Order: sequence, then structure tokens, then C-alpha cells
Amino acid sequence: MAKQLGLLFDVTMCVGCGACYEACKTQNELPKTNDEPLKDHLSSETYTVVEQYGDVYTRKMCMHCVDPTCVSVCPVGAFQKTEIGPVLYDADKCIGCRYCMQACPHHIPRYEWSSMNPRVRKCSMCYERVKEGLPTACAEACPTGATQFGELDELKAIAKKRIEDNPDTYYPHIYGLEEAGGTNVLVLSPVPFEQLGFTANLPKKPLPTYTMAALEKIPSVVGIGSVFLAGMFWLTKRKNEIAQEEQQTNGNNGHEK
Amino acid sequence: MKTLTSKITFWGTVAAVIVAAGLYSTFLRFTQGLGGVTNLNDAFPWGLWIGFDILCGVGLAAGGFTICAVTHIFNIEKFKPLTRPAILTAFLGYVMVIFALMYDLGRPWAIWHAIIMWNTHSVMFEVAWCVMLYTSVLFLEFSPILLERFRMKKTLRVIRMALIPIMILGILLSTLHQSSLGSLYLIVPNKMHPLWWSMFLPVFFFLSAVSVGFAMVIFESYLSAKAFNHGLKLPLLSQIAGVMSVVLIVNLAAKFIDMAYSGDLPYLLVKGPETYLFYLEMLIGTLIPVAILSVKKYRSDNKWLYVAAVMTVGGFVLNRMNVSVTSLEASSSVAYFPGIYEISITLMLVVLGMLAFRFIVQHFPVFEAHKELPEIIVDAKAFHETELSMQHK
Ligand code: SF4
Ligand code: SF4
Repeated sequence: MAKQLGLLFDVTMCVGCGACYEACKTQNELPKTNDEPLKDHLSSETYTVVEQYGDVYTRKMCMHCVDPTCVSVCPVGAFQKTEIGPVLYDADKCIGCRYCMQACPHHIPRYEWSSMNPRVRKCSMCYERVKEGLPTACAEACPTGATQFGELDELKAIAKKRIEDNPDTYYPHIYGLEEAGGTNVLVLSPVPFEQLGFTANLPKKPLPTYTMAALEKIPSVVGIGSVFLAGMFWLTKRKNEIAQEEQQTNGNNGHEK
Repeated sequence: MKTLTSKITFWGTVAAVIVAAGLYSTFLRFTQGLGGVTNLNDAFPWGLWIGFDILCGVGLAAGGFTICAVTHIFNIEKFKPLTRPAILTAFLGYVMVIFALMYDLGRPWAIWHAIIMWNTHSVMFEVAWCVMLYTSVLFLEFSPILLERFRMKKTLRVIRMALIPIMILGILLSTLHQSSLGSLYLIVPNKMHPLWWSMFLPVFFFLSAVSVGFAMVIFESYLSAKAFNHGLKLPLLSQIAGVMSVVLIVNLAAKFIDMAYSGDLPYLLVKGPETYLFYLEMLIGTLIPVAILSVKKYRSDNKWLYVAAVMTVGGFVLNRMNVSVTSLEASSSVAYFPGIYEISITLMLVVLGMLAFRFIVQHFPVFEAHKELPEIIVDAKAFHETELSMQHK
């Protein structure tokens, strides 16, 4: 497997300047959607936001899950986890069932609700840039280093070290390390993550394992089922025939022989 | 005659108004997109069309496979008169589901992608294939009725020979499909209310589909007996009602055992809309119908049978709406209620389905048990005679 790329976002370092928000808009050629970046929301025209909770700021964007739910649920494979980490969407395949939106544990994918040819929209971790070795637009724009782009393993080490070195500053948890099987975006925070609007009740195992458990049963249902049904058909038919024959022989006693 | 025409006019008018409203909504849907006609949004991407049109539409079609299994696989021939209407309902149910998909999918013209672009890890992929295959199977199961009507003996014979494998395939596909609609929701353990989320959702969906399948058979037998003035097969229906209550109880027991094991029972004591709707679902969908059917006097009375069936269907619809809407509202932090256009399209599909049922029943041998196909083929003389009498008319 190729080296995994990712992002580390450190809430304690974010000053809420919105540079990442603006850079994302420029990079993806998205229209302006709000005069105050801090009050904007994710939408089909906004792939990342900076949110204010009291005096701390945090970011929301696609987490680029390690075992992404969106990839697993899409019936036509319009979502894909790339070798290097980013999770991409291909509108040409999409049929618009919106199962990806229903299933994403982080409430990320957005939809072009008023379009006649609607697409699902979300952050692509600047795939076109990062595969050339460039950082994402948001990480490049961040003046404080709160958003940092790099190899996922290195980012994990950095995050761990920060918590170890400053246990008073950080809430002792790296969001994204284990959430639903882990994500390629890691978050550090001074407060519990549910206070910042992150989904905190996620199981550790990847969500696709839940549906796989059901899908794996299909072959046996089909196998055992068809044998059972065919057997039942034969048995009960035979039983009816025997019953009928008996009736006939009893009724026509003497005639037959 | 006069009362008949005025009756037709009244219901005809209602149907016409509903269809007209539905057509207008259809126009809006295909000119303004999903956002223009639905109350769906990024936080709540699935609504009435998935919850009712798809989940309930498929469920209400379940009579097709349950009755098929009873008559053709377990060879309990006396239930045969009930198979054709059940297969017809199932077929129309699936046609309605496909129609509804055309509205609900953002890119309906791309629906064929599911045939060539495979993601076998996706429950939705399984659902798509089940819909395609089972609709074809239902058409084949239904085709003898058409072939008899148009007297295509050769094709009839071919179909007849393949019918048992087709039926087995149909039962397997239904089993998979009914349960896979439940599996769709396995992936959102953190979003769904614990009163409904369970690893056994596929099993619950399957069991409730079986019971509602029987309920639909009773329901439509009662209505069509009234509408077409043919006798109600009461003893048959009582037996079906008996089986239905057994399945209802099994489902309820499984549900509570599962909740006890997963430690979700305390949620029954939490005050809130979810809890109340859960109780309502249990009451009208299971407890009251089972109570009615446990009394012998009521079980052998067609009115009470009908009441029990209607409640079972109602409880089933409530269950599917609870799974698809109620249980997901809290985590989405928005309140969803279907909009007027959403509702009118759903109503239109229901009305069109009923009109199609009526039309087919009036013009094809659906309820005429004596025209069952084996006799027609085997008894060539009788066949010839009917043909002669037809010519005389
Ligand atoms: S956060 Fe959601 S959209 Fe992004 S990769 Fe994970 S499941 Fe997919
Ligand atoms: S909406 Fe499109 S991308 Fe999302 S799951 Fe459905 S087909 Fe796949």
C-alpha cells in the first residue's frame, strides 16, 4: 500500500481567520456563500467550514475514513478510496440514491438539491494537488499551522507527542484515530469532541463490517433456501400423490386389479 | 344502475383529483429538482418516498411470495384461489416501487448503472438487483393469466413447466429483498434510535413482511369479494389469519428478546415521541390484531378478520415509517415532515396501483379459480367448449 496522506487539525492553534475556508473556495472554484465565513455551513458549494464554539474554533470537512462508509454503501461504486488516502466521488457513475449521505457517520456529503442533474459534493482532500506532492490548499493557506498536511503516520506521531508534552492543554484523545475504523483526518482539541459538534458515539470498528455481516449470509440463505424449498416441493407433492393414489385404490377396490 | 354510476363518479372524481395533483407535482419534480418538491435536505436525505413508497410498497407485496410458498411449495392446494390476486398485488407493488424510484433517485436516467457498475459490498446494490430480478419473476408468475386470456397455449405450456423453479427463485429473492431493506439501516448504528436499530433488523423486516403479506391477502380478498360479488373464502382466510398471528407473536418475542440482550429495554421507559410511536406500533400492529384473532368467534367473522388485517397493515406501515423517519430525526437534528407535493405523488402512485388492480381483475381471470391453467391444457374439450361459447356471444 502506498504511503497514506492526511491532515492534522489542532483546535488549540486555530485563530478562526478562515484562510482555509477561502482557500478551499478558490481551489474548487466555488461561489461565495456567506459574508461571514464563521457563520457558513457545509453545502454543495462549501466543502469545509470553520465553526466557533465559545472561544475555540474548529473545522468540519470530509474525514476521508480509512474504511469509508460512503464507499461501501454506494451501489454503483461512485465513491472510491484512493491508494494515498483521499476519498473521491465520481458524478458520472452516481444514480442519486443518496445512500452515501444517509450512511456517512460524520454527516458530510451534501447534495445539489435544486439541480436537475444533481451531484453529491464534498471535500476531495485536493486529490489533484496532493498526488503531485503538493499540500492541500487549506493546509497551505493556514497561517498558524493549525491545519497541517503530511504523511498520516507522521501526523499521528505529532498528535501523540503534543498530547504527551502538554497534557493540560489537550483533551486526551485523538479524534480520527479509531472512530469507525479511523480516518485520514486527525483532530486535537482542548475540550471533549462532542462539545465541538463531532460525532462522539462512533463504534471503533468500521461501519461497513455491520452490513458485511448481513451480506455474507446471502450465499447460505440462497443455498440452504433453494435446497429446502425444492425438497419441500418434492416431499409435499409426493405426499399428495400418495394420498390421492390411496384414495383411488380404496375407492376402486377390485376394479384396478 | 343509477346508484352504481353515482358511486363510480364520486370515487372517479376523487381519483381524478389525486391523479391531476400528482401529475402537476410530477411536472414540478422534473423541472425543479428534488429540492423544489420535497422537504428533504442534507441532514435528512431520505423521506416519504423511501419510507412509504419503497419500504412499504415492497412489504405490501409480500403476500405474493408467502401464498406462493404455501400453495406451490408446500402444495396446500386449497389456498390456490388466493395466489393470483396475491401475485397481482405483488407485481403491481413492485411496479409502483420502480415508479417511485424514478421520482426519488436524483438521476433516474442513470438507474441502469446498477446493471454494469457493481459494488457487491453495498446493500443498495443487492436491493437494486432484487428489484430487477423479482419484478421479472413476478411478471413470469403473473404471465399465465395473460396467456390464458389471449389463449396462447404453447407459451403457456412452456411457462407452466418452468413455474416451480420460477416460484422457488421468487421466494428466495423475496426473502433476500425483504430482509435487505432492513439491512440498509445496519450501517447507521450511531444515527438510529436504539428502539429500532438492531443487528437483527433484516430478520425483523423479513418476519414483519411475512405477516403483512398474509394481512394483505385477507385485506384484498375481503375488498374484492365486496366489489366483485364473489363469495369470500372465509375458512381459508381464518386459517391464514391464524398463521399471521403466530408470525406476529414470533416477531414481537424476537424483538423483546433482542432488546433484553442488548440492554435497550430501559428505553421503553423514556418519555418522548420515539417511545410513544414505538408503543403505538406495537399496539396497532401486533397486540390488538393478535388479541382479536385469539378469540374464535372473531376469527371466523369476516368483518373482524378484515379489521385485524387492516390494523396489521397499519402497524406495518407505522413500523417502516418509524425506521425510516422517526428513528433518524433526533440524530439529524432536523424535523422532517413530507411536503404537499411529496404526498400527492405518493397518493397518485397508490391510486394508479388500485386502478390497475381493478382493471386487470375485471378483464383477466384473476379471481376465477375454475379457469386455473392445468384444466385448460389438460381438458382440451372444455377448452374447446368455452371457445365455442365465446364465439356464440
Ligand atoms: S467522512 Fe463521510 S464522506 Fe468522508 S470518507 Fe468518511 S464516510 Fe465518506
Ligand atoms: S447518491 Fe450517488 S454516490 Fe451516493 S451512494 Fe447513491 S449512487 Fe453512490
